[in-house]
Formats: sequence, structure tokens, C-alpha cells
Amino acid sequence: MPSRDEIFEKVRETLVDALGVDDDEVTPEATLNGDLGAESIDFLDIVFRLEKNFSVKIPRGELFPENFDAADTSLVANGVVTDAGLAELRNRMPHADIDKFAADPKVENIQELFTVNMIVNFMEKKLAA
Amino acid sequence: MRWFWIDRFEEFDKGRRATAIKNVTLSEEHLHDHFPGFAVMPASLIVEGLAQTGGILLGSVNDFAHAVILAKVPKMTFSSWATPGDTLRYTAELTEARDEGGMVSVRAMVGERLVAEGEIVFAHVDSQAAGGQSIDQKNFVFSLGLLGIMDVGKAGSGQAG
Repeated sequence: MPSRDEIFEKVRETLVDALGVDDDEVTPEATLNGDLGAESIDFLDIVFRLEKNFSVKIPRGELFPENFDAADTSLVANGVVTDAGLAELRNRMPHADIDKFAADPKVENIQELFTVNMIVNFMEKKLAA
Repeated sequence: MRWFWIDRFEEFDKGRRATAIKNVTLSEEHLHDHFPGFAVMPASLIVEGLAQTGGILLGSVNDFAHAVILAKVPKMTFSSWATPGDTLRYTAELTEARDEGGMVSVRAMVGERLVAEGEIVFAHVDSQAAGGQSIDQKNFVFSLGLLGIMDVGKAGSGQAG
């Protein structure tokens, strides 16, 4: 079982390859979309590379959940994620910092959940399983 | 004009590897202006040929049940060029194939000379989810017409298929 630092280094290499960013841009707090310029298709590329670099299988939607339905009024109301929506996110993304997001749960802030740290958390759990 | 940037498959090892060739000829109109006095196969069309080779390889994994579209070229390096009279040999190796899409590592050679190498990522698109007819067909790395190329190619054994 690699240490958290070792996992971070591998995640960093993965993101450097997938997103064409510099090493020093990949900090634990960096957001994939905002700071590292990832677009939707990059998430697929990132999953491919994580699987290869860590020799694990990552089922569809496990790291980056799909189909969080912003049109479902029980999950999102007036552009804000509801308590039920937050519970859903916690359930689907135990590797993400939902507490931080809950402080300002606007729908457009959901993408800020996708940080380098989130991937490291995910890989740490995955490798421990 | 048909958007075919490979002429024939020479090897097709389903789910693993495919090799296709593209003969570059001066009768191709784009070479007349690219460039005046120095006809050279546009790098973008080499990428398209590599993507068609790799896209068909990926498509074959699920017997072409998915629409495969070129999603991303994470890495592509050009080392030399191809001119009229050259035969480009495109090789694609499948490095990833799953529900959402796949990835190939590709290489273009003229004889023993490396022209380009890199990686290509494809996404599977449900044509209904993508709006049916709204997808530009040119984006598809394979179509029914393209599949016909395999009929005149050769199987992995080198025997006519």
C-alpha cells in the first residue's frame, strides 16, 4: 500500500500527462476545471490513465459521478443544491469535500468538488480496499 | 468527396492492433496548395487517418454497437513528413476499451522512417443522446462506407480476407 505522498505523486504525473499542465500547477487544492483547465472529455482520459498507472479498475461514474440531475427539484432548487442533494453527493462522492461545498452549495460550484485532493482520496480508498 | 483517410487495412487483430495504409498521391487536391512547390501530406489529415485506423479498431471491440467519435488527442509528435508517392503505414494499438470510450497509441511510418506518433482518445456516443442526425458525420471515425475498406483488406494472417 503506497503512502499518501506516493499516491499524490502518481496522480500528479497522471494529470501532467492528461492535461498537459506543469508539475507545479498540480497542487492538492487545485481544481480540475478551474485551475487545471480540464474539460469533460479529459475526465475520461484521466480515468484511463489512473487505471493504467495504479493497475486498478475504476467503474464508470465512481470517481466522477454522472447524471447528477440538476433538473430534479428535490436535488436542486433555485440553482442551489438542497439538503437531499447534498446527501446524494455525499453518498456518491465520499472522496470529495462536501462539507466545504455545503457552505455555498450553488450548482455551478459543484465542479469545485473536483480537486486533485479528491482524486488522491479516491485512490487511497481504492488501493486500501 | 468521401472522408476516407485510409486506403486499406493490412492487419486487423480485433481488440488489439490494426495497421492501415494511406497512399499519398499528387492528384489529391489539398496537396496542390499544401504547399505550393512543396506538396506534403497535412499533419491534420495524418491524425485523421490514425484516428480512423484506431477508431475502427475500438469500434470492432463491441461489433460497432457504439458510435465512436474522436474526443481528444492528448499527445502527437511529428518527426518528418509524407510526400506524393509515399505510403503511410498507420498502426494503432488499443490501450483502453470500456463503456464510455477508449484510447489507442498510434504511429505513422513511411518505410522505416517515423512520421508521427501519439495517443488518441475516443468517446462512445449514443446517437440518440447526441441528438441523432445533429452529429457531423465527418467526426465519425467510421461509417458503413468505411467498414467496406476492411472487406478489401487483409486479415491478420496476411491472407486476403
